[in-house]
Amino acid sequence: MDVMEKLEILTASAKYDVACTSSGSDRKGQAGALGNTSAMGICHSFAADGRCISLLKVLMTNGCVYDCAYCINRKSNPIRRAAFTPEEIADITMQFYRRNYIEGLFLSSGIMRNPDYTTEQLISALELLRNVYHFNGYIHVKAIPGADDTLLSRLGLLADRMSVNIELPSQESLGRLAPDKSKVSILKPMGLITNRIKENRSDIVRYNHAPRFAPAGQSTQMIVGATPDTDYQILNLTEGLYHKYALKRVFFSAYTPVVEDSLLPALDTKPPLLREHRLYQADWLLRFYGFKANELLDEAVPNFNPLLDPKCSWAVNHREQFPVEINRAPYEMLLRVPGIGVRSAQRIVKARRAGSLDFHALKKLGVVLKRAQFFITCKDKPLEGLKVSEHTLLRSLMSGEQLALQQPQVEQLTLFDDFNLSALPAADGWDLLKKGAKA
Amino acid sequence: MFKPSALAYTYDGSFEGLLCCVFESYAWKEIPLAIHAEGGEIGLLLEAKWIETDKDKAARVLKSLPLRISREAEELVRLGFWSCAPEKEMLLLNFLYLGFKHGRKVMNMLADDTVNTLMKAVQQLRHEAHLYTGFVRFSVYGPVMAAVIEPQGYVLPVIQEHFCDRFQGESFMIYDQTHGAALIHEPGREAIVPLNGWTPPEPDETEESYRRLWTGFYHAIGIKERRNDRLRSSKMPKRYWKHMVEMNGSNGVPVLTAAQRKKALQPEVPETIIQLQSLDKKSAPQPST
Repeated sequence: MDVMEKLEILTASAKYDVACTSSGSDRKGQAGALGNTSAMGICHSFAADGRCISLLKVLMTNGCVYDCAYCINRKSNPIRRAAFTPEEIADITMQFYRRNYIEGLFLSSGIMRNPDYTTEQLISALELLRNVYHFNGYIHVKAIPGADDTLLSRLGLLADRMSVNIELPSQESLGRLAPDKSKVSILKPMGLITNRIKENRSDIVRYNHAPRFAPAGQSTQMIVGATPDTDYQILNLTEGLYHKYALKRVFFSAYTPVVEDSLLPALDTKPPLLREHRLYQADWLLRFYGFKANELLDEAVPNFNPLLDPKCSWAVNHREQFPVEINRAPYEMLLRVPGIGVRSAQRIVKARRAGSLDFHALKKLGVVLKRAQFFITCKDKPLEGLKVSEHTLLRSLMSGEQLALQQPQVEQLTLFDDFNLSALPAADGWDLLKKGAKA
Repeated sequence: MFKPSALAYTYDGSFEGLLCCVFESYAWKEIPLAIHAEGGEIGLLLEAKWIETDKDKAARVLKSLPLRISREAEELVRLGFWSCAPEKEMLLLNFLYLGFKHGRKVMNMLADDTVNTLMKAVQQLRHEAHLYTGFVRFSVYGPVMAAVIEPQGYVLPVIQEHFCDRFQGESFMIYDQTHGAALIHEPGREAIVPLNGWTPPEPDETEESYRRLWTGFYHAIGIKERRNDRLRSSKMPKRYWKHMVEMNGSNGVPVLTAAQRKKALQPEVPETIIQLQSLDKKSAPQPST
């Protein structure tokens, strides 16, 4: 088998891993070494599915002793297997990096023999790359649940970011689909990494040259749509992970059926892309907009409305907090207005120091007036000629969505027939919306 | 403010030259209706006035920027000059009128049309430069590497630090085809020099094999159930594709997947096809051999 064939097999097996970010680490170049890292991350290309390609994302091997139902690499799935040698990985990474194809390496692996052995293989590949080839670019490595603590600690010293996949949002789902994994076995390495990062931070304060342990922090991902877990459960879990384990990112992956299994959605099921999109929107609200999970969803309404984004939903249900006066409202409140993002909120705060703002000025600052107009006043006046009827409100808030979704029109319509979304209480979004509009 | 006069300034196209235009405008208390770079289009029925570039005058204007406005404003003016905003010279002149009048406060006047347009132009330049930190594609020719870009704004000075730090042990060149300039780096030395009409040499065997590997990787990483051309084009606009190997850019090599290559290498033709061919021969005219 030549390298080309291996690369194709091991890439195809790795492509369902979502994280391809190269952010969070800011390291200057060094004499005698190749590469540096950039805090904001750099995308080097975009695949036909529109996802960013930043890192060379491959598996060390797609052979695996586990049999997780959702996974393309499960033991019982008859696919072609291949394995890279550490030299092959190091060579491809260096050559791609020199040509500026990639920002670094994302290395994961199927489980060879056992977690410890697999982790040792990952370590030997990364040691070769860092110490012999002097690669100074970005490395994201998967921590293998169940591996020995000392091995994981060694792995973290070689990488910029580590991640342990939480895979499924609940213990029951894990038990059903991934019998070889448990909540405990996943959370244990996650906790270890969190602690090591924390210790390392105080080490660096004491000794300037202490080696960095995963300086770009830790991330995780979970599959959405393979199990009956609700958005509320997923979002609560996400919030918990950010607080408890200080994760940098939680990624969601719309389940793409890859294997036939009675426990899973049928093979012809479309990936629930809209649901994934809503979860990412909510994730942004948690991380940058000061929202809490229980503000966005609760037991009574456990899933996002497919027709309205989470922020609009919240605003429509909290009409008592609006309208907001643009020239006086605190930054935190500006962030909560639909149609105002982090950047436009910052611009408003800056620009209003130089003079009071009107609607025309807001447009220039990048505010989406179509949505914001219902929730704001400028110099204590609402937009001239604005009619707030239930009809116009809903239509204006929804139409922006078609753009945000970035889906071809035809597919978009079929998304609503998606098994996941039809499972939602279809009417309740609308009812709430109407209630909100009347209030 | 001064009276607008029916004048068009012409200058040598350099940053210092533009600063001299600012100097002259203040010295003569006149606002030109247009400023043209030498060799660019000179239209309208305006009286043209040639502004000579004078290093001392330029230095005086430059020195006053951080003192009378702010450091950020100085950076904004520099970047604005590299941007591809239409009539950027008049835009910068108008911004400086405002700046010298309002001082550091001008950087907060985001709702003002001049400030807003300039900030947007600079934002666009920065964005393009950021994209190029990812989209530059080097070809390796033995000990040196070279890349061609075709940016709208003059991004070379913006991406210079990034690439010279990242590849500090390498000798490389990034050639900007639009602006006829090249960033040249070898260990310990770097410079942006004028360069026109450079054509990259043919890639050698090793270079081609890595291009093939990369293109193979590119096609393997996409999930076909999620295909979304519109999203891809919005994240990576088509005008960048030309110089990207994996998008079949000018240096692209035809790429076959491993399976396709195997098929191509197999000499024997399946039986059914042979039969079809022999049938064809009866009806089709014989080739004259």
